[in-house]
Amino acid sequence: MSKISIPLGPQHPGLKEPINFGLVLEGEQIDKATVNLGYNHRGVEKAAEERTYIQDIYLIERVCGICSHSHVTCYITCVEEIAKAEIPERAKAIRVLVGELERIHSHLLWLGIAAYEIGFDTLFMYVWRDREHVLDCLELVGGNRVHYSINTLGGVRRDITPEIKAELLKRIDILEARTKYYTTLATEETTVLARTQNVGVLPKDLGIRLGACGPTARASGIARDVRKDEPYLIYDKLDFKLITADTCDVFGRVVVRVLETVESCRIIRQVLNYLPEGPISIKVPWKIPEGEAVNRYEAPRGEDIHYVKGNGTDKPERVKVRAPTLANYHAVPHMLEGGWLADVPLVIAAIDPCMSCSDRALVTDRAAARSAVWSWEEMRRNGIEFYKRRGVDFSKVTLK
Amino acid sequence: MKKKIPGRALGEAVRQLFKKPATSAYPFEKAKLQPKFRGRIAFEQEKCIGCKMCVRVCPAKAIEIVLSADQPAAPAPVEGQAPAPAKKKFDCVIHLDRCVYCAQCVEVCPKKALASTDDFELAQLDRKALRRHYK
Repeated sequence: MSKISIPLGPQHPGLKEPINFGLVLEGEQIDKATVNLGYNHRGVEKAAEERTYIQDIYLIERVCGICSHSHVTCYITCVEEIAKAEIPERAKAIRVLVGELERIHSHLLWLGIAAYEIGFDTLFMYVWRDREHVLDCLELVGGNRVHYSINTLGGVRRDITPEIKAELLKRIDILEARTKYYTTLATEETTVLARTQNVGVLPKDLGIRLGACGPTARASGIARDVRKDEPYLIYDKLDFKLITADTCDVFGRVVVRVLETVESCRIIRQVLNYLPEGPISIKVPWKIPEGEAVNRYEAPRGEDIHYVKGNGTDKPERVKVRAPTLANYHAVPHMLEGGWLADVPLVIAAIDPCMSCSDRALVTDRAAARSAVWSWEEMRRNGIEFYKRRGVDFSKVTLK
Repeated sequence: MKKKIPGRALGEAVRQLFKKPATSAYPFEKAKLQPKFRGRIAFEQEKCIGCKMCVRVCPAKAIEIVLSADQPAAPAPVEGQAPAPAKKKFDCVIHLDRCVYCAQCVEVCPKKALASTDDFELAQLDRKALRRHYK
């Protein structure tokens, strides 16, 4: 049979965000798939260099709408590390609380989208209706539904009063009961099983080699979670399970996410009962000293990495964001290959992609893997050689 | 392997038939807001001292503090004392189309001249109406 190649995206009814997949089809089966990024580059990192650390909180929050708290917490931990500010325990607890509420909200949103891609709109409607509970919780804690803006330099902006605590506990009970119902529904309903089992398979060794992270990796049996591996904030004091699945397919990703939601409900209850007394923030000077910091954070979609470099002023020298979706993209062509065209939107949705999160300027160089650290001169020399091969000579250019 | 049950959501679907709708009849019914909601920023001129801290922290460059057109006259000089300067009056211009409603300006204001309100219905047909000049 002759092969035909079709582009999928950047604008396509099956995709919610701009990304391009090149598919080579043999009949209805996918022979080869490639991924093309870069339709949603907004220059957030450059804009962050032009703004002060306080203004950057609200800019970084808008890197992604769903994991807004994850990005800010990761960024602000870097800034506080450079400023050597130790934030109060109560602030740490509130950050964890909002982080886990956000995980519930993100996973329920994903479950709804997955149900929609499957064609099971009943589940989609019910999940999103119950997601309103967690959005109300977030509005109660932070003030708004999506951008909670709870973080500030040196702590958090809003406190948890006893009334809020009582309301949160009430809502979490409802959410946990509903999530447990969805767990049985998603794992026993024939429609879901037929569409998800043995679809988008990512074997464990391939997942490790391609650097998959978050629920995508955990569904392939890779037990990796920053909350367990390198506990930040107060995660070392909390008791929760690391959820993995060994089916390596979309079904495993559904199971991992719904069970993680139940775990998040448990974490929230523990945090609310733990909540130590004390101030919620400390004063951090606006000028951050020279220094650099890298931090990891387990966002709902996976491992989020932020790098911040300070130069002694009130503006950062460099902010680098590595969103979890970027790590998971490399696995998508492998998941698609050998599968059916009709499963493509579901397989892509299964990594919970966020295009606006991940469109950063990323340069991969195989040589970089060989030498562990590249100095500035080495990078510059490499750049000059790269352009010389293309007929442009930059060696005469001097840097100021 | 779990057992497969067709029509697993059927019981739930039937139960929902006898429940109240989950949606609300907005705009006929007012949306419920939480007390910490961050809406349109309100400004109180009497309290403002013109320090422009709000302008410095605004991530969207949405707020301006300008001198009012009519300034109060200097207080009548008291004999034996140096003449006191007039207390300046400031206006606040907020660009609603740029504002991201983070309320960082409210937090940083030393005199509590700015406040978050519950007003969120801010869509306008005329673009000029998005520039609010508080006097």
